[in-house]
Amino acid sequence: MEILKVLVVDDEPGIRSGIERILRNFTVSYPFMDYDIKFDIIEAETGEIALDIINTRKIDIVLLDNKLPGIQGIEVLEYINQKHYDAVVMMITSYASLDLAVKATNNGAYNFVPKPFTPQDLKSSMEMITKHLYLKRMTEKMHQEGKQSSFQFLSVLSHELKSPINAIEGYLKIMQDKQVGENIDDYKTMIDRSIVRIKGMRGLILDLLDLTKIESGKKSRELKNIDIIDTVQLAIHSIEPIAIQRNITINLNAPNNLKYVADADEMEIIFNNLLSNAVKYNKVGGIVDVTISKTNNQIIIVVKDTGIGMAEEDIAKLFNDFVRIKNEKTREITGSGLGLSIMKKMVGFYEGNIEVASVPDQGSTFTVTLPIK
Amino acid sequence: MNNKKMTVVIVDDDIDYLAQLKLYTENMGFSVLTAESQAEGEKLFENFKPDLAIFDLMIDKHDSGFILSYKLKQKYPDVPVIILTAVTSETGIQFGLDDETAKNWIKADLYLEKAVRQDQLHREINKLLNL
Repeated sequence: MEILKVLVVDDEPGIRSGIERILRNFTVSYPFMDYDIKFDIIEAETGEIALDIINTRKIDIVLLDNKLPGIQGIEVLEYINQKHYDAVVMMITSYASLDLAVKATNNGAYNFVPKPFTPQDLKSSMEMITKHLYLKRMTEKMHQEGKQSSFQFLSVLSHELKSPINAIEGYLKIMQDKQVGENIDDYKTMIDRSIVRIKGMRGLILDLLDLTKIESGKKSRELKNIDIIDTVQLAIHSIEPIAIQRNITINLNAPNNLKYVADADEMEIIFNNLLSNAVKYNKVGGIVDVTISKTNNQIIIVVKDTGIGMAEEDIAKLFNDFVRIKNEKTREITGSGLGLSIMKKMVGFYEGNIEVASVPDQGSTFTVTLPIK
Repeated sequence: MNNKKMTVVIVDDDIDYLAQLKLYTENMGFSVLTAESQAEGEKLFENFKPDLAIFDLMIDKHDSGFILSYKLKQKYPDVPVIILTAVTSETGIQFGLDDETAKNWIKADLYLEKAVRQDQLHREINKLLNL
């Protein structure tokens, strides 16, 4: 048996005592939970009192009214969110605007319970919130024990994997029911698109494997004095088929050889990412200039394309997991959204640095510097 | 059933899902207008009143579907809106539209999981349009 501390923040005494009565003898149990959960109610009539309580003792669940006499519920929510308190917040509200809903959701409100609510409404919400809290804490525990990558990563990942499956399944169902007739040629676009989505998924899985290796620290690194010009040429070679299809010229400006102590696989991933982005996000007939030079203490790799470029605000989030710049110019381009995140981690191994400069419709320049030790 | 002239507006950034929804709704006898972004979506109903709208929840931003729904409802409160989402099961965030208060702020008439079956979608659309 575990007892969760529930803070009820509402200026109406009737609501507070009502919640207390409903939850007093209420127990939540799920087959997957090791123990039953009961609730201990703490009451606060204003947001200010609520903040005092939150700061001084551990609270598990906050039932929060938005309309309060002093500071508003949303501000209490923002505070909890900023302080990273491990409490789950459910808004109880009789009046909620769209703005409030969006703001509250962005600040991590778990759910809304409209007022007035029935005892059953409250009980089912509490069941859900308890399950959520239990799973969240289990995930954190596993994470601390090094068993799991982050929950958020997994949820985004499942979303990224589900979208192509939904798309492909949809096309297959259309074909199964012969919804556009008997002629196979009429299904050509659907078949082509299914293949594109499958390719995208395969790319995602490969990137994911790279990432798992990095994150688990299991990727065995073999540091050797390698010629990175060889690596660049290999990367150019592997992207060439796509470059030729789109009539893109790749120029290499580099010394004949350049030795650097590195892991060959890691260097390959860095160059493959730089070059495949420069080709994928280029225009038909475009140019990719790869310049590699060396100073006393660093190697400088510049990859410049004449592609679609991107806006300032897109650059800021470019290196996060699963970020793909979405607009009409990128809709046909497939990618996992993991490539640059992986590349950044790799460059980090060498204490190197990546800079991006970009002008929409003119192109992007990625500059990677690797210190020589 | 005469619904030949009715128009459905669909906004989704997954071009495959969009193409499929378009085909489904066309097969149901609607004429269909589509868009792939929030801005394009807004243009669709700027000077035109559709009979029904289907919005994906996460288009450009996490809440694009909400915003589109809100704007459409401001202009044409009586046009039913379906929000499609793939997020519920992953995030655990649940949106219920069973009571008046929720309807008031979410401004959509129905939430459906993205893996919705064709016949189910058909039924829900007919229900919303009283067909």
